Amino acid sequence: MYRKTVLAKKLLAAATGLLLTTFSGILSADDPFKIGFVYVGPVGDHGWTYRHDIGRQAIEAEFGDKVETTFVESVPEGADAERVIRKLASSGHGLIFTTSFGYMNPTVKVAKAFPKVKFEHATGYKRADNVSTYSARFYEGRAVLGTIAGMMTKTNTVGYIASFPIPEVVRGINAFTIAMRKVNPDATVKVVWVNTWYDPGKEADAAKALIDQGVDIVTQHTDSPAPLQVAQERGVMGFGQASDMSAFAPDAQLTSIIDNWDNYYVERARAAMDGSWASEDVWAGIDSGMVDFPEYGAMVPDDVKAAADVIKESIVDGSLHPFQGPIKDQSGKVIAEEGATIDDGTLLGMDFYVEGVQGTLPK
Amino acid sequence: MNETILLAILTIITAATPLVFAAIGELVVEKSGVLNLGVEGMMLVGAVSSFTAVHVTGSASLGVLAGMFAGVMLALIFAFLTLNLQSSQVATGLALTIFGIGVSALIGQPLIGVAYEGLPKVQIPVLSDIPVLGRLFFGHDILVYCSIALVIAVSWFLKRTRAGLILRAVGDSHDAAHALGYPVIRVRYLATLFGGGCAGLAGAYLSMAYAPMWVENMSAGRGWIALALVVFASWQPSRVLFGAYLFGGISILQLHAQASGTINIPSQLMSMLPYLATIIVLVLISRDQGRIRRNAPASIGKAFHPTT
Repeated sequence: MYRKTVLAKKLLAAATGLLLTTFSGILSADDPFKIGFVYVGPVGDHGWTYRHDIGRQAIEAEFGDKVETTFVESVPEGADAERVIRKLASSGHGLIFTTSFGYMNPTVKVAKAFPKVKFEHATGYKRADNVSTYSARFYEGRAVLGTIAGMMTKTNTVGYIASFPIPEVVRGINAFTIAMRKVNPDATVKVVWVNTWYDPGKEADAAKALIDQGVDIVTQHTDSPAPLQVAQERGVMGFGQASDMSAFAPDAQLTSIIDNWDNYYVERARAAMDGSWASEDVWAGIDSGMVDFPEYGAMVPDDVKAAADVIKESIVDGSLHPFQGPIKDQSGKVIAEEGATIDDGTLLGMDFYVEGVQGTLPK
Repeated sequence: MNETILLAILTIITAATPLVFAAIGELVVEKSGVLNLGVEGMMLVGAVSSFTAVHVTGSASLGVLAGMFAGVMLALIFAFLTLNLQSSQVATGLALTIFGIGVSALIGQPLIGVAYEGLPKVQIPVLSDIPVLGRLFFGHDILVYCSIALVIAVSWFLKRTRAGLILRAVGDSHDAAHALGYPVIRVRYLATLFGGGCAGLAGAYLSMAYAPMWVENMSAGRGWIALALVVFASWQPSRVLFGAYLFGGISILQLHAQASGTINIPSQLMSMLPYLATIIVLVLISRDQGRIRRNAPASIGKAFHPTT
């Protein structure tokens, strides 16, 4: 499970590992700064974990010999996580990224025992003097996708493959739907819950079911490119997830949301090394570059590209908030009046569908 | 609406085919008295090997062969450990799954992000054009037909041939079979390798037809469903086919129900249904001694030592 990343350093690290642990307090300035990563999935998932690992590689590319990164992949959320984080903290890592929501309590617990080590926990809400949290406003990206879908759907039904009914996913569905219906009030979204982040077969089946029910655009909040492949095969269109998936479906991917942690990771590593690191709560969006996009697919017409670009720019300059009123829920109840926006607190606990989403939200 | 039903059935066929392959292979293994819990691992190694072969050579048939070969190789390790070295079948099988997950991830590293357009479909000029039946029975990929042929062949082999009788004898009482002069170890070797080949084939189907790509751990528990299926089918080949289409059907119809917004069954319930059904079948057959005696291999999971 453990992999040292720089091959040349492997032997050296093994030989001096014991010494390093014992004398980690008196390391000279020439020793590389050690940064650890804990991943929930395999680095080869081509989705969530894959993108975090790209961020780790960005740190290596930026600082070269000055850093040494270690990652532990496929760490279950729970007791195992605490052991892994503790091991990283006790083996001389100065900065540790724990990249899944379920690592929250273990991270905070280990952080208490290692006040000098800095921790960065993704998508959580518990902080301490040496624990920061960070996440991306992926719903901003969903609003861009929704705009494209609204303009391009011919059947006025769009399929949404969803993983688990948690606020993060529900927020994405709602942001997508609101943006879609702004450009196409007749369009609706069909949601299929697959109860997995990652099962290419099941995701493909869900895509087929949606297409069979008449959707002509498929979007997803699961991690594999399988739904896009199905879209390609069936001659419909879709959006990638977490990374650019156009290689899997060159004729089907309209665009994608890319999780881009590179800048954030590099900056946090720099701050940890020069001593300016402080505990923060970061929830950044398109403007920070954390929510990124690849090139539009060749089938996207110019007017759609332009409209999508306007949405991106207005979100960046603050003139548009994806959850800007008027917003109604499924029953027609007004959630946000014209001109009002839904606040972050409600967004973080979102547990209802907005108007335009079909079906009922499983609870 | 008829069109939707037809399309749903076509999806069920793809969902069921890998289960058919893996389960029918494991059925033969278990009939010979060996319990190989490494199906998931063998499937993954089969999936990654076939995808590698397709990616390198561009030939779909070489891909399928590579998947089968990889499954056989993993089964060979299992057979050597359990049949020659008498290690525990349960523990070795579990280890084989974990090993398969790891080794497939290692082999698959350079394949992440590589695309493949999928196994070609068999189009028969006139027959495929018959309105409903044509699309139902023709126009699948070749492996779908293979899976059904395989079930028929295994059924025939176990019930109608002398070799099948010997295999069942070895599975029911290895001591008696040994006393009669049958090569217990060799029979179990062959059965285990056959099971490995089938699991590899199931994996090949996953990475070449079901979701044509390689991603780590892509079998996502289908190996375990296949193991459950064998028990669910109470070791009858035809029931394996039925069970695979039932399990596949339930999960697909559930997705359709969600997409159409008509029925609302919690999808978590659907994911546990295959295992629930298996537990119920287990309870039912253990209440009926006659049925166990008729179908379940009596010396399953027991180590055989020819000198004792």
